[in-house]
Amino acid sequence: MNVNLINTRILTLSIEYYAPRTVEETVSLLSKHSQDAKVLAGGTDLLVKMKQRLTEPRHIINIKKIKALDFVKEEADGLHIGALTKLRTLEKSNVVRNKFPVLCEGVRTIGSVQIRNMATIGGNLCNASPAADSAPPLLALDARARIVGPNGDRVILIKEFFTGPGKTALQPTDFLVEIQIPYLPKGAGTSFIKIARTSMDLAKINIAAMVKLNGNEISACRIALGAVAPTPIRVYKVEELLTGKEFSGEIVNEASQIVAEEIKPITDIRATAAYRKEASKALTHDALMMAYERAKR
Amino acid sequence: MKMVKVIEFIINGTKKKVEVKSKDLLLNVIRNELQLTGTKYGCGIGVCGACTVLVDGEPMLSCLMLAVDVDGKDLVTIEGIVKEDQLDVIQKAFLEKGAVQCGFCTPGFIMTAKSLLAENTDPTEKEIREYIKGNLCRCTGYVNIVKVIKRAANKKVGDN
Repeated sequence: MNVNLINTRILTLSIEYYAPRTVEETVSLLSKHSQDAKVLAGGTDLLVKMKQRLTEPRHIINIKKIKALDFVKEEADGLHIGALTKLRTLEKSNVVRNKFPVLCEGVRTIGSVQIRNMATIGGNLCNASPAADSAPPLLALDARARIVGPNGDRVILIKEFFTGPGKTALQPTDFLVEIQIPYLPKGAGTSFIKIARTSMDLAKINIAAMVKLNGNEISACRIALGAVAPTPIRVYKVEELLTGKEFSGEIVNEASQIVAEEIKPITDIRATAAYRKEASKALTHDALMMAYERAKR
Repeated sequence: MKMVKVIEFIINGTKKKVEVKSKDLLLNVIRNELQLTGTKYGCGIGVCGACTVLVDGEPMLSCLMLAVDVDGKDLVTIEGIVKEDQLDVIQKAFLEKGAVQCGFCTPGFIMTAKSLLAENTDPTEKEIREYIKGNLCRCTGYVNIVKVIKRAANKKVGDN
């Protein structure tokens, strides 16, 4: 007999609950209960999954008391964002809007005001949906993730952070504490586009692009797509094709055609693989044109 | 860690101490322990906005919050925006122009609108629609809701 265990009114599972106040306490708790524990930040992903019985952790580690992880700080090497920083904070942050607008544009499309008042950037990344809207911007910005574990700190590139749908490079005893974004060089323009069925839905496909111009030559570019592969991805062949070339309608069209070869979309409830293949071409074109226009400014 | 906690917070202007379990959801504590049933359960998964409350002034979804997370915070529900028996201007606005049909979504919309107008005293229609997209209504088709939020912003309430 199949019993429907879904209950969205209450949390039905028996859980052990912890509310550490420091990163060290959290690491220690994760070491003790790693296989059966989930970190709770905003709750907009975890609690939804628990109510739908898609995840059944025995231990919940609520990290919202670790105020030290809620920050947006300009450092010499770039912007440092604490993992507990709310999406709404990023959306309204002047430094993000002015110096890293692509991140603001991506984060703004997530859920609703209410969701963004609760959800955190760390949570969006650790949930690792292939459609995560903060991922293409962070990939286009070549951001890094600082991770703390029982053996200490390490910093990895965001492009190495996602390992599969819902899977990250975090070990069960690891804990994401910070995102680091290097400053964009002069002459760089960025863009973000998301296509979804409704204004609140997950992306059918999303894209972020960074184009750095030297005169009219593309001296560097980064293009990242989401919801078209098991993880958010950079499309390196497209980037290679464009780098060092004069920017033109022709080269953009050429690039847009080959993007379909680098993605591995599936058919799901939001879109078909065929749609995603076609849409990726159009979005690549549009994102590149937009980033180019902004680079010229 | 103990499964039962005593939390202390401000609810609609009054300090309150409540005993809750660690896994109690804020929405249920508001409706059951606090007997404030204006805040509604709609979907339980954060997409409908019927459970919207203000926590330290910010609109949040009580169906996805643990009650323990409002310890030390300032919580305002739909019951709390009435001041000295006077309806808030947004509530008065919603009573007009067909913005309420069954009324189930209305408390959530009003709490969201309250936050919008606190941040933006004269939002455009586009800004209103963008801000309230986390609140769903099955009855009205949203046109009149957007209309009365604009009227509330312009304090054009009461002149039918």
